[in-house]
Amino acid sequence: MDTTAQKLLESVLLPLKVIHHQLDNDSHKHSGSATDSHYNLVLVSQEFEGLGLVKRHQQVYALVGALMSNPIHALALHCYTPDQWQARQAKMPPTAPCMGGS
Amino acid sequence: MDTVDTIKQQIESNAILLYMKGTPKFPQCGFSSQTVQNLMNCGERFAFVNILEHPDIRAELPKYANWPTFPQLWINGELIGGCDIITELSQTGELAEMVSAAVPAEADAE
Repeated sequence: MDTTAQKLLESVLLPLKVIHHQLDNDSHKHSGSATDSHYNLVLVSQEFEGLGLVKRHQQVYALVGALMSNPIHALALHCYTPDQWQARQAKMPPTAPCMGGS
Repeated sequence: MDTVDTIKQQIESNAILLYMKGTPKFPQCGFSSQTVQNLMNCGERFAFVNILEHPDIRAELPKYANWPTFPQLWINGELIGGCDIITELSQTGELAEMVSAAVPAEADAE
């Protein structure tokens, strides 16, 4: 695992009491030479219960902080409660394809 | 007018507002493209701001919104989410409900 991915997971797993996670590095699907710019992350935690989707993402962004401007360009986030994750049959949604540009 | 005031005014005066990279016809990023497609599927008119043409808004809005990336969809002054959330809301049908509920009353009265 690359170091950006490691830092990303370290910043969220314990604080959010994540019981399950999946992280894909999608950087190779995108333009530019960076190998640690695009990620697709699923987090499952009871902590998300009762929170709207925006609030869940804001919690994650607050923890990931500085990584979001550099080197991470895009972080696709999917935050589920254990019940929601089970209802999805533990399937990770795909990310949008890149179109180059900025 | 400073940038934050511009942002506030845009959010207040447009019931459905998408901040995106590029335009609905020519999106410049896969995430903006997917979001605008989901929004257009709802069949209502919406406003957009191409943040690639407005570097000041691109710099300020993430701080104002406490949301680091684009696109951002705002409905009735509230941040609804970025690409992942909009895709999810679109799949469950909630997005279409939120969008039709947000269409200004005067448009219905015509």
